[in-house]
Amino acid sequence: MNWLFHLGRYWIFTKELIIKPEKFSIYWKQLIRELDNFGFGSMGIVALTSVFMGAVITIQTVYNLVNPLVPLAAVGIVARDSIILEFSPTMMSLVLAGKIGSSIASEIGTMKVTEQIDALEIMGINSSAYLVLPKVVAAMLIFPFVVIISMFLGIFGGWIAGTLAGVISSADYIKGLQDSFVPFNIVFALIKTTTFAFLITTVSAYHGYHTEGGALEVGRSSTNAVVYSSILILIFDYILTQLILT
Amino acid sequence: MIELKEIYKTFNGKSILQNVSSIFETGHMNLVIGGSGSGKTVMMKCMVGLLEVDKGEILYDENVFSGLNRKERKPFREDIGMVFQGGALFDSLNVEKNVMFPLNMFTSMSMEEKIDRVNFCLKRVNLVNVNNLTPSELSGGMKKRVAIARAIAPNPKYLFCDEPNSGLDPQTSIVIDNLIKEITEEFNITTIVNTHDMNTVLEVGDKILYLYHGEKWWEGNVDDILRTDNKELNDFIFASRLAKNIKKV
Repeated sequence: MNWLFHLGRYWIFTKELIIKPEKFSIYWKQLIRELDNFGFGSMGIVALTSVFMGAVITIQTVYNLVNPLVPLAAVGIVARDSIILEFSPTMMSLVLAGKIGSSIASEIGTMKVTEQIDALEIMGINSSAYLVLPKVVAAMLIFPFVVIISMFLGIFGGWIAGTLAGVISSADYIKGLQDSFVPFNIVFALIKTTTFAFLITTVSAYHGYHTEGGALEVGRSSTNAVVYSSILILIFDYILTQLILT
Repeated sequence: MIELKEIYKTFNGKSILQNVSSIFETGHMNLVIGGSGSGKTVMMKCMVGLLEVDKGEILYDENVFSGLNRKERKPFREDIGMVFQGGALFDSLNVEKNVMFPLNMFTSMSMEEKIDRVNFCLKRVNLVNVNNLTPSELSGGMKKRVAIARAIAPNPKYLFCDEPNSGLDPQTSIVIDNLIKEITEEFNITTIVNTHDMNTVLEVGDKILYLYHGEKWWEGNVDDILRTDNKELNDFIFASRLAKNIKKV
């Protein structure tokens, strides 16, 4: 029944985020700071992961394509759809859950155990909204852009790897990219990304906000934030795919 | 003035506060003393609304504070300042922004006015040229002073200090104690200080409330405390051999 307790407490915590800000200008500054932090701050790892992910998908698809009747352009199709539908939204969200989720949980957890959150409450500030709402909004706004960049970089990485290794020509790869493209796939990927952004930020903030104890517990909250965010990303990936694509 | 009327608090069936009643006067240093686990911090958290009492009432200048929701407590919040044991300064902000924080949130002062107020408060706690330092660059005593400056920045009517001199050397402790007392008298604040430092009690205490296992065990002033025959209080105050010898003299 422990999970029910956490589910209920998570629901109450999330509900408390939806308030009228005490002072809009302060929340706005926080939002800009978080947009910068989540967007530019994540770009390095996102770029690196995306390029290599695209490269690996392309090389592996070529390696597995043993039927001479299947045109080599299919590699482009497979790389494109894998990256757009699954790898960029889901893999990137898992990467961001590790990077941003642990950072949110440890930041808020440390504030909790050092009584900084109590200080906010005493001043009459809704601490959960002040600390978490800008993060949730920022993540839901910036993650789709990060994922779109990841898609481009993934496809680009596939092209570079395929052509440099000489396993596919540039023309075949690009032909595959353009062939039977479904624009809705992008919309679907962005719906998933926005949902994952909400889950990563709220779940991580929930774990940080309910930290009790000291440094050990902050570390535990940070680990739990990443673990539960990742599990929920995978569950919601399945649910959204089932709901939207079938 | 803050009044406690028969307050009770339990955690998981364990009684932490039992039937505590007291009145803390304005312009006085009201000290709450007691050993570790006696319920001092829980009582203070109930008084500032971080915890809810199970039974009883807390009144601020005869207005009921306990049992109110967040919105109803807002007018009270603007009059409350609190200094936490560890300072609770915001790590991501420098000293100036820490002190300015409550002003940013709740006043419509111009930036110039806010900077003037911040500098006044920092000067009042004897800190100069520290505006751009971050909390990690401050010593323990400086952190406490910045925390006091932040607490008094919005001109509070009630000041709560939870063990403000814990972890400080005896000289710095006395400086902090005297500073809180001066501020209390200068701005006519109702100040409540949790402490188990006997120097504080003897140096600055106007009214002293002794908690023992969550109960109000003794109440009085500094002169009374030196003459009391309350065994538990005497054991607590004169715990060291030196203090026992002084008591004998």
